[in-house]
Amino acid sequence: MKARYKRFMWIAIGLLVIAVAVTLVLRAFNSNLVFFFTPSEVAQHKAPQDRVFRLGGLVTAGSLQRQPDGLTVKFAVTDTVQTIPVSYTGILPDLFKEGKGVVAQGKVGADGVFRASEVLAKHDENYMPPEAAEALKKAGHPIEGKVFAGQKAVVTQTPDKR
Amino acid sequence: MNIYKYASPATFYPLAGRLIPWFAVLAAMLAAVGLYLGLYLAPPDFQQGEVYRIIFIHVPTAWMAMIIYLVMAAYGVMALSFNARLSSMMMEALAPTGAMFTVLALWTGALWGKPTWGAYWVWDARMTSTLILLFLYVGYIALTHAIEDKKRADKAGALLVIVGSVNVPIIYFSVKWWNTLHQGASVSVTSGSKMASMMALGMLVMALACWMYAIAVALARVRAIIIERELENGGAANWLNTLNTQDKRQLTR
Repeated sequence: MKARYKRFMWIAIGLLVIAVAVTLVLRAFNSNLVFFFTPSEVAQHKAPQDRVFRLGGLVTAGSLQRQPDGLTVKFAVTDTVQTIPVSYTGILPDLFKEGKGVVAQGKVGADGVFRASEVLAKHDENYMPPEAAEALKKAGHPIEGKVFAGQKAVVTQTPDKR
Repeated sequence: MNIYKYASPATFYPLAGRLIPWFAVLAAMLAAVGLYLGLYLAPPDFQQGEVYRIIFIHVPTAWMAMIIYLVMAAYGVMALSFNARLSSMMMEALAPTGAMFTVLALWTGALWGKPTWGAYWVWDARMTSTLILLFLYVGYIALTHAIEDKKRADKAGALLVIVGSVNVPIIYFSVKWWNTLHQGASVSVTSGSKMASMMALGMLVMALACWMYAIAVALARVRAIIIERELENGGAANWLNTLNTQDKRQLTR
């Protein structure tokens, strides 16, 4: 074998070894790479107990309640299996909406309510003009957005408020 | 025709010079068309309104950041296995452009993140791995400049880039593998496009413009690198003298 092809082989083997090593490391660190926990994971006590963590999911339609002080909001986060009540004092991001994705950082209190110190809106991968979204909704095919990894299509439609 | 003909700096130098204007003009034209499509013809988004228009810069630059790194890694493999000098020079020429695209992707992403998510920056897998990509680009530039001997610098740089290339699939698939704040891919080979066609078209034209820009800039930079290295070698006089007068004028300037 020519020297140059030998070198090429060594590079290929080296790269393969690194790729395998990285894959194993990433698998080992899997839980630490998770940006947020889903309500199901929290219910199964997979989320840290007495530490701050992030909770991600969909804002349950119809759950948003503004408190009399004007700043505190209460809502529920769901992954369609489990639902966790959340309370937050502060300004919500523009894309925060019932039925849409959200990631909240905070702790679960003794009463089971997740007290968020920060709320981020999670956007989905769908982009379209408002008319198209309206037409889809009318036709009975509301836009489905993916909020968490491995999520099966979840209808994120807000019920009509009329 | 010998396909290795243009692997030599002496023959590649004039070829690159002839190609640059074509790619530069194409880049400018495509950028003009892409911006017109994206900023005037594309409709606003049903959730984000006008803010989403950052994707016409953000997505193409993020793609280029990843693609240029892979191209550099491919050149790195050629440089190491075939001792190809021009490959090392192409790596050196591509690195600053790749770093610039990475900075643009991170920066435009931050500007979009504040109004939509509510935060400029979060440490999720997509963003963290993209930041690592920037460190890899900067690390390559720093490493190759820190070693005096050009041959050893090229070897070390090629190794760094090849090893670092495992980061690119991590960036791309991070939104699939883990729960991230960053949304999944709107356009992909396997599942098609989840965008209105005018939006996707604007984005693709802008991506082509970025490609053409990157090629033009890399070719211009590699010409400078060829001259620089040949002059350092001292043995360059032979073919540098055969260049046409216009090229020579550039040299003496």
